[in-house]
Amino acid sequence: MPPTPTLTAAPDGVAASPAAPGRRPRRLSPALTGWAYATPTALFVLIFFVAPILLVAQMSVSDWGLFTGDRGLNAPENFTKAVGDRLFWPAVWFTVKYTVVTTVILLALALGLALVVQESNRWTGFLRTSFLIPSALGLASASLLFYALYSPQSSPLGFLGVESFLGTPATALWSTVTLIVWRFAGFYMLLLLVGLQGISGDVYEAARLDGASRWQTFRHVTLPLLRSSLALCTILCVTGSMLAFDQFYLLTKGGPDNSTITIVQLIYNMAFFGQNNLGRAAALSILVLVALLIVNVLQFRGLRDKES
Amino acid sequence: MSRTLMLRTPQHVLTGGLAIVFLFPLAWAAVASVSPQPGTAQISGWGLGNYQTLANYQAGVVQYLINSTVVSGLTVAVTLVVSVLGGYAFALFRFPGRNLLFLITLAILMVPYATLLIPLYVLLNELGLQDSLIGLSLVLAMFQLPFATFMMRISFEAIPAELREAALIDGCGSLRALRHVLLPAVKPGLITVGLFAFLAAWNDFITPLVLISDSDKAPLPLAVANMRQQVMGIVDYGATEAGVVVLALPCVLLFLALQRHYVRGFMSGALKG
Repeated sequence: MPPTPTLTAAPDGVAASPAAPGRRPRRLSPALTGWAYATPTALFVLIFFVAPILLVAQMSVSDWGLFTGDRGLNAPENFTKAVGDRLFWPAVWFTVKYTVVTTVILLALALGLALVVQESNRWTGFLRTSFLIPSALGLASASLLFYALYSPQSSPLGFLGVESFLGTPATALWSTVTLIVWRFAGFYMLLLLVGLQGISGDVYEAARLDGASRWQTFRHVTLPLLRSSLALCTILCVTGSMLAFDQFYLLTKGGPDNSTITIVQLIYNMAFFGQNNLGRAAALSILVLVALLIVNVLQFRGLRDKES
Repeated sequence: MSRTLMLRTPQHVLTGGLAIVFLFPLAWAAVASVSPQPGTAQISGWGLGNYQTLANYQAGVVQYLINSTVVSGLTVAVTLVVSVLGGYAFALFRFPGRNLLFLITLAILMVPYATLLIPLYVLLNELGLQDSLIGLSLVLAMFQLPFATFMMRISFEAIPAELREAALIDGCGSLRALRHVLLPAVKPGLITVGLFAFLAAWNDFITPLVLISDSDKAPLPLAVANMRQQVMGIVDYGATEAGVVVLALPCVLLFLALQRHYVRGFMSGALKG
């Protein structure tokens, strides 16, 4: 069912050809054609996104077991029980600590790497590829790889003198941060590299003529002009870390002594492991969603205030 | 020339060392998976004993590879079809609800996986898609939609207006114009979207962990993770290393082959983002 040429007037203000109308009969209005193409997207969004969101809201106020199904409303019991869980506050605290540590280290290193490889030549091309290869791996594969790398039986890292990479709460945290830095540094390096290459050479030339030292140039020219790239990286990194799951599930299983349980792991455990309580898990996951939205709104606001 | 090279040598040593640190874990896994190690299937001499263990684990690595391939292939296909049609609609047509639908699609990014997986676990049961690779692929495609739709929309918007109009005035319907003229013009976008969807589907862990309970239907990452916990709680690190190599190899090769597109995908996302 071919619509006439005029029906596809571009939304960006391109005027439709005046010769076209009348040559063919109108069969479908542009709105209908547009909707026809957008229907698969709409169906997907409706079935796999909007419906689950509504359902999770209903589950969060219902007595909903993994095997028993819906047994009616019980609000607000799921929320009070979820917050009252003995692991709730430790998980919140650990997730926040992990997020701050990861974001600071990861972005500092990524910025350093981006500065190292910002010139384009064969050597930096090789460096870029080396730093980027880990980001082709899945987080789960990377976690399994480091699980073997850290194991006392097979570890080649004996020379570091670390007694047990995953044995104490502190080493477990740092070992996981190392894994995440290895996996993601190249990715954030790439995002910052885009920002660096957007800075015009004239600005550096002006700074050089003014007699600015390398540090002054970096501090007063590069950093301010890189702000929007850094902001994007911060938001991505904070969001990713707040929702950390794979790396802890595979590497530390939340141990030792539940010291590395993150909030998403707690949701998973409530739903499918031990408690088998989908309602409570739904309540907790709604709290996480709200927390994530608040953190991101605050980040956007903080960044906008800085710009003005 | 040689003087600048001399001056830069310390920097080369330093950055080269850094590159080795990044490459080391992968190289180590590849070597360790075939090297002799107590407590694995490869006790003495070099060989493929660990891969043998992997091949014979439960349904066999071939079955898990097939599962992963089916899931990744389906996810890529569904993501491409839905995002091409959607991107075309958002870029070139005006229709009521257009902005709202686009915003809701992007909002998928803002919702944690866990928040969606709990209700999806229930919902897929109702749809008769529990424990099914098709259900898993559809969910994974949904997670890809924000990036894919955004990418296809900006790709279609970047096509010069004259090309679009010429195609339509030549008497092509909008579907024929899409197939014969516009699709070739957005090929880089298609490769980026396809590559990202493949990597995400091949590597995803938490989605199959929640949605797939029949271990014969597990994709590879889940199967390798399960395998660790077998044999009376003793972990077979050799088989784990072999599993990591099998998991990582396609991703690394694909990345090296399509590095340009991978980099460009991030860049266009970052510039607009």
